[in-house]
Amino acid sequence: MKLWRTPFDQAEKATRPAKVLIDKERCKGCGFCVEFCPRGTLVMSDELSSKGYTLAAVADESKCLGCGLCDILCPEFAIHLVLNNNES
Amino acid sequence: MSEDGVLCGTFFMNGDVACAEGAISAGCRFFAGYPITPATEVAERMSERLPHVGGIYIQMEDEIASMNAILGASWAGKKAMTSTSGPGFSLMMENLGLGVMLETPCVLVNIQRAGPSTGLPTLAAQGDMMQARWGSHGSYEIIALAPSSPQEIFDFTITAFNLSERYRVPVLVMSDEAVGHMSEKVVIPRIAPEELVSRRRPEVAPEEYLPYKADGDLVPPMAIAGEGYRFHVTGLTHDERGYPIMTAEVQDQLVRRLVDKIRLNRKDIISYEEIGIEDAEVIVCAYGITARVARLAVQQARDAGIRAGMLRLITVWPFAEDRIRELAEQVKAFVVPEINYGQIVLEVERCTAGKASTLLVPHMGGGVHHPLTILKAIKEAVQ
Amino acid sequence: MTTPITEEENKFNSLIRLDRMPHIWCAGCGIGPAVGCFIRAIESSGLDPDKIALISGIGCAGRAAGYVKLDSFHTTHGRALPFATGLKVGNPDLNVVVFSGDGDLVAIGGNHLIHSARRNIDITVICINNFNYGMTGGQMGPTTPLDARSTTTPYGNVEYPFNVPYLVAASGATYVARWTVLHARQLEWSITEALIKPGFSFIEVLAPCPTLYGRMNKEPQGMNTMHSYQERSVVKDGADPKDVAINYDGQIVVGKFIDTERQTFGDQCKLVLDRAKEKKKG
Repeated sequence: MKLWRTPFDQAEKATRPAKVLIDKERCKGCGFCVEFCPRGTLVMSDELSSKGYTLAAVADESKCLGCGLCDILCPEFAIHLVLNNNES
Repeated sequence: MSEDGVLCGTFFMNGDVACAEGAISAGCRFFAGYPITPATEVAERMSERLPHVGGIYIQMEDEIASMNAILGASWAGKKAMTSTSGPGFSLMMENLGLGVMLETPCVLVNIQRAGPSTGLPTLAAQGDMMQARWGSHGSYEIIALAPSSPQEIFDFTITAFNLSERYRVPVLVMSDEAVGHMSEKVVIPRIAPEELVSRRRPEVAPEEYLPYKADGDLVPPMAIAGEGYRFHVTGLTHDERGYPIMTAEVQDQLVRRLVDKIRLNRKDIISYEEIGIEDAEVIVCAYGITARVARLAVQQARDAGIRAGMLRLITVWPFAEDRIRELAEQVKAFVVPEINYGQIVLEVERCTAGKASTLLVPHMGGGVHHPLTILKAIKEAVQ
Repeated sequence: MTTPITEEENKFNSLIRLDRMPHIWCAGCGIGPAVGCFIRAIESSGLDPDKIALISGIGCAGRAAGYVKLDSFHTTHGRALPFATGLKVGNPDLNVVVFSGDGDLVAIGGNHLIHSARRNIDITVICINNFNYGMTGGQMGPTTPLDARSTTTPYGNVEYPFNVPYLVAASGATYVARWTVLHARQLEWSITEALIKPGFSFIEVLAPCPTLYGRMNKEPQGMNTMHSYQERSVVKDGADPKDVAINYDGQIVVGKFIDTERQTFGDQCKLVLDRAKEKKKG
């Protein structure tokens, strides 16, 4: 969404980019994180875990808003965010 | 009644009421039950008296809920009890097993009535004795006491609590309608706190605590909820951490320990009374109300010149196997009167291993034996 | 760009028994997200985890007790609620949570459910509803929608299911909500509210069961069920519970339906103690 002026509370309300960490031993390739990420940050990769599941992977970390939906929806507690603390 | 609400003194009391008072004297502060003849008075008395000592009575929706509620209360740190009769006893079986598996101290009182099924709700029997031992599924050991008077039901309820806390196992008080509904003198002493046993608590820090790592006597120290131990316990076969591990090896270790914890400590658990045993040629082995009747029959047999003795079982389970085996070398026969069609007699017979004969004096239920019936059996046994 | 997780980084790891990971739930199962919401809710509620006791029954949802690092009890089928009653009454300072499945709580545990709600015992119940008995292979239960397939309804289910929020609300629960695991944020918020609120709080959580119910009802992936939640669900806070029944493919009403006040069982127990004291004096 293109803003015609900078909002006054941009500094507090700006989305914070985050680092997305996926535990390869836990991921079972269900795809929830990929499907429900609002920004398409994640993708199903070609990599298989040691148990043979297709792993999810980060396609483009710069798209991440830090909304945490992937984290909260993962059935395996396999994905979580580390929020970077720089305001952009 | 003393300041703290616990009774002390001499009373004319019925068995059910004495049982409730025994529980209160033992420190029981939680009761969950369901009305059932002839155990209802235990619940009624608890509902009236528990508030006097700061305890809580809940009437649950059924016996299954009652059994589970006392397990929960025990894990909250309370001494907890429930009471029932045959039909309710059957309902409680699955969760008695949960109590055994989780190693939860609690007391279950069965004021037996005649069965099977609805049977004779208002009349005595001793028909649940085998069920007390084997009622739940799987291999386990249980402790069961058989009082024969209101005084004894008071005393044995306290013993039941002490044993359950000591060995972390549900303990059964197998009474019957005759004792439950009979009124007699009951002396309630002041029980000193040192006479009451409470579960052993963990001595290690929460991070190092393993819920099912037993001490030398095979009984693990017990943490309770809310103290930061963050334990997990389950009815599934589990290891020392309390985590479910479904393998034959863990099953072997766990089941052996649950059984051995009672069996190997049985000398401290088993209790019986012996009358005229030293020179006896025939021994009457009885328990509960039947033991009172048998006492007279044994006396009459002695008067008739028969060297009769009595082995009165106080703990029926674990069974006094060792003593029966010893006595089988000495006597000609055991006479086993019981108000059922033969239950404890099977244990006696098994333990005599054919060295002495065993004679059952059954009574189907609905009353107690006439002493002459037992006397007749004693005479028959010495022929 | 996938990196192995270290304990210090995932702050919710302190509430998960890491030594028991990975858990047994299938890929795409909804119980995992529900447990995740529960763990986050504990954090949001500000409650002391040492004082929270978790009790579960038998079934896939019942396994949750073994994975969360709280004082937890995995009890027998259907009996989590009476066990929780004893625990709560035995120590009213505990915050008691029951986490179990639809078969466990509503079928074999149905009697205990209505009575616990009637008493308004101060506990929080999270009921995972995946419309079948998952652990035993996918049999029908009292929440299975009409016409659904299961291993014991090979010709389609002909029994009418319960409208669980209606049942629980009618029995006297003071907080009744339903969410799907897709509504993860609302679910987390609901659990937080329920944990803090005194009285019997009940949250029905619809969850995918891809291996069984889903596979037998044209939703073979967890994703299919999540999409169906997306299409079919509508949020109606304050809806009348009698209008929120679920059928095979119709609308799923989610939301917070009931949020009222009533004396809890603990409050009522105090009355007994007071009255007994009065009677003793007089």
